[in-house]
Amino acid sequence: MLTISALTKIYRTGDKALTDVSIDVPKGQVVGLVGPSGAGKSTLIRCINRLVEPSSGQVLLNGTDLVALGSTELRRARRKIGMIFQEYALVERLTVMENVLSGRLGYVSFWRSFTRRYPGADIANAFRLLDRVGLNAHYNKRADALSGGQRQRVGIARALAQEPELLLIDEPTASLDPKTSRQIMRLIVEICRERGLPAIINIHDVVLAQQFTDRIIGLQAGRVVFDGPPVNLTEDALTRIYGAEDWTAMRQGARDNAEAEEEERAQARKMLGAL
Amino acid sequence: MSKSYPATWKRPPQLVQSPVWRIVLSLGAIAYLLIAMGSVEVNWARVIAGMDRAQRFIAGFLQPDFTTRWRDISNGLMESLTMTFTSTVVGVLISVPIGVGAARNLSPRWVYLFCRSVIAVSRALQEIIVAIFFVALFGFGAFAGFLTLTFATIGFIGKLLAEDIEDIDEAQAEAIRATGASWLQLINYAIQPQVMPRLLGLSLYRLDINFRESAVIGIVGAGGIGAALNTSLSRYEYSSAGAILLIIIAVVMVSEYTSGYVRRWVK
Repeated sequence: MLTISALTKIYRTGDKALTDVSIDVPKGQVVGLVGPSGAGKSTLIRCINRLVEPSSGQVLLNGTDLVALGSTELRRARRKIGMIFQEYALVERLTVMENVLSGRLGYVSFWRSFTRRYPGADIANAFRLLDRVGLNAHYNKRADALSGGQRQRVGIARALAQEPELLLIDEPTASLDPKTSRQIMRLIVEICRERGLPAIINIHDVVLAQQFTDRIIGLQAGRVVFDGPPVNLTEDALTRIYGAEDWTAMRQGARDNAEAEEEERAQARKMLGAL
Repeated sequence: MSKSYPATWKRPPQLVQSPVWRIVLSLGAIAYLLIAMGSVEVNWARVIAGMDRAQRFIAGFLQPDFTTRWRDISNGLMESLTMTFTSTVVGVLISVPIGVGAARNLSPRWVYLFCRSVIAVSRALQEIIVAIFFVALFGFGAFAGFLTLTFATIGFIGKLLAEDIEDIDEAQAEAIRATGASWLQLINYAIQPQVMPRLLGLSLYRLDINFRESAVIGIVGAGGIGAALNTSLSRYEYSSAGAILLIIIAVVMVSEYTSGYVRRWVK
């Protein structure tokens, strides 16, 4: 259970990125965080694991206030928070296996990680996770040899290797094509369901957010302006989040997305028919 | 109704706006150059004598003599190669922590300032000056040369490594930090993979710079092939000097091709 209360972030330049943000995320809930660029989505999820230091407020994860932790305790708390990134953020020159095992860094000594001698349970778990995300054949490839969708799957496996109690996901589909985007979103949501994991997903694609998340939070200039189930995200609410913008572009996006989905279904039917 | 566009365009002046100043500055520069050239004294008789020597030198170069002084040459060469190799290895080993300390994105401010000043001192002092200093401290020979080249390597590799670390892809470091990794694990998992190929390339590059420098600092007494070269020049044995120069050129070319190959291989 994650409780964020009165979180405020003011950058040194004086920019107010977040103002008095309060959110509760119960166990197992997948939250989509939407809003225009610069609304503070990235800052918000980075304030949770303190890759960005919040200026004031509280972040309680299962009872611990993350904002108050010293550096050693903060590292210990970060182990329990998996993070998935926009451009995958894999270490390009390391192998897929090393990238997945790097999720265990907070649990093993420097010497073990330096010599790549991880405990057998960690290695077995890494293989299991790679199998789960559909990459079991690729473990010895270098991360930069994979396609975008595959890299994001490695990113997901790395986050899960941490055995997290919370997932923070920053624009997981921003550098993927529409079809791969949906596959990745589906995988993330399935995994959260399997493990009862709460997740916060920053996502600029409102249609994807509505399709896959349990709850949507809209940020506008650092403030929460919408919080509710996806069905409540009306034209009116969207205008509140994004301002009086032209919606044709986004509606067109929705139509493309539906078409792609339909095409995929037809293909699946064809394949079933052939069987 | 069609709009008419100008058919001429001139590049706007980039440095000095006023045309008068442009002419004044150009004329001033030319005048200074002429006066400065006029102040260089040329002793033409000496130049002609020098031409004669140059002829003998080139003749010696065309008939290099490897055999007469072979013992001096081979000893000097071995000493230079040893000096080059040891100083590069030790220099790189010392410059890695200094380079990490001098990277603004990894180190606290006081460490950063300390490491940057070590680098600045090492880079400010030219090898020959350092060599003269170490020869005065530890006497003639390869040890002074080893210390000089190590000192120079620290500034060179330290600075370039620090800049490379400052240019890494921060997202990869952020991702490793987010897993709860310690500082050393962050270096090992996020920084090292990103800078390793370039560090290797720079070390090989420094290896051939160190060999060339070992020939130069030998002249001020720091041992190696430079000492042999200096001796043969002062004895007017131009054919031995020619042989030494050819050996230096050959070694530099071999190391340059090898390092180029290795750098392509390690991507």
